[in-house]
Amino acid sequence: MSDLEYTYAVARIRSKELSLFSSATIEQLIARKTYESCLQFLQEKGWGDSDTPLEAEPILIREREKTWEDIRELVSDMSAFGILDYPNAFHNLKAAIKEVCTEGNSTNIFYKDTNPSAEFILEAVRDRDFSRLPAYMSEAAAEAFETLLHTRDGQLCDVIVDRAALDAIYRAGKAAKDEVIRKYAESTVAVADIKIAVRAQKTAKSLEFMKRAMAECDTLNAEALAHAALGGMEAIRDYLTGTDYAEGAAALAESPSAFERWCDNRIIESIRPQKYNSFSVGPIVAYALARENEIKTVRIILSGKLNGLSDDSIRERVREMYV
Amino acid sequence: MWSQLGGVYALLGAAVAALLAGIGSAIGVAIAGQAAAGVVTEDPAKFSKVLILQLLPGTQGIYGLLVAFVTLSKTGLLGGSMAALDVSTGLMILAACLPIGIVGLISAINQGKTSVASIGIVAKKPEQFGKAMLFPAMVETYAILALLISILAVNSIPV
Repeated sequence: MSDLEYTYAVARIRSKELSLFSSATIEQLIARKTYESCLQFLQEKGWGDSDTPLEAEPILIREREKTWEDIRELVSDMSAFGILDYPNAFHNLKAAIKEVCTEGNSTNIFYKDTNPSAEFILEAVRDRDFSRLPAYMSEAAAEAFETLLHTRDGQLCDVIVDRAALDAIYRAGKAAKDEVIRKYAESTVAVADIKIAVRAQKTAKSLEFMKRAMAECDTLNAEALAHAALGGMEAIRDYLTGTDYAEGAAALAESPSAFERWCDNRIIESIRPQKYNSFSVGPIVAYALARENEIKTVRIILSGKLNGLSDDSIRERVREMYV
Repeated sequence: MWSQLGGVYALLGAAVAALLAGIGSAIGVAIAGQAAAGVVTEDPAKFSKVLILQLLPGTQGIYGLLVAFVTLSKTGLLGGSMAALDVSTGLMILAACLPIGIVGLISAINQGKTSVASIGIVAKKPEQFGKAMLFPAMVETYAILALLISILAVNSIPV
């Protein structure tokens, strides 16, 4: 589709952006005293449907469904959105492999609305016919399945699938025409590599493990980052200071939650210019990401309220809003 | 046959003015219309505001039509008795029609795109409608300048 063909869709998205939560609305939500009053607030703001139970998860799931229903209605060619679907699709692959290897029968461990669907992935894994899966998934699926079957090492299985997900995101970003998708892909892979380095450093993982888990990207040298992780947290921060992710180094020094917050804020910062773009699929992708960020932020606030966290500790974890 | 070539050029000029400016306006209004429809789908109360913004790129088509009328009237074709025009006069009339044709085409398409951006402003901040309208209206300036030149030039060519 040419950029001009998204004109109608972008105009509708502009109107829909009015209902996105601003920082002030998030502050109002945090100011609510109890978990129940937060749910009430969300219901007053139109979250969920009239028949959605007044519970966090059903409301949040319904909101996510609404976002994708809107986007599917607006965009006929969903290929640009595949990159946003990869994390959930690969999660379904991990779940399917574990389900088959452990002969379990859980249905609530899968994400709905993925491409390929959870049912399709599960069936392919059950039949050991990995060639039916998309090319970006099939090789990793076969390797992860065999690994789990023979070693029973769930973590290694996760590493293989997560790495394949990062590689798929990176390749999709490289192939994308829109800058917002390219930036999102690069940022997602780089941030994932940093998270791997931090966790590997804390759990004293080997260089080989890190090399296997980290994906290549343009703004970070995965090998240098892995070596830095062997040298300790200070070395990771030193390495990051010389990259585009210097602010991430400062957040790492502050706290793990500050670092997680910085990771999400970075994505929002990279999509913010789309607020002023009237054409192309960029603003629609940005809206989808903004909604995911909004739902994640509300989930953090609700779980904070449910677990009796103070308003200040919740505020420390709250992400920046798109609008 | 060669004696009528001047008249053919003059008619071509009128056609170029109406065609190019009209095409530009059709594209511009169509682009802005899609954005306007998007906003009205979500909020029908903004219909009147976005309609005005959608119509702004439509003026170039009217300017092209005006220049075509002046040209047809000048050559006498409108009255049914076309003046005998030599080739150089015909070419001069064709050249006189080019400004509104070409500037009309380009400015209408770009005005349509600017209208889309302004419709985005109205979608989010309807109270800023006055300011939003100014941005696409600025593009109109250049279509008006081209219209002036085309009309002055067509009228100044001795037939």
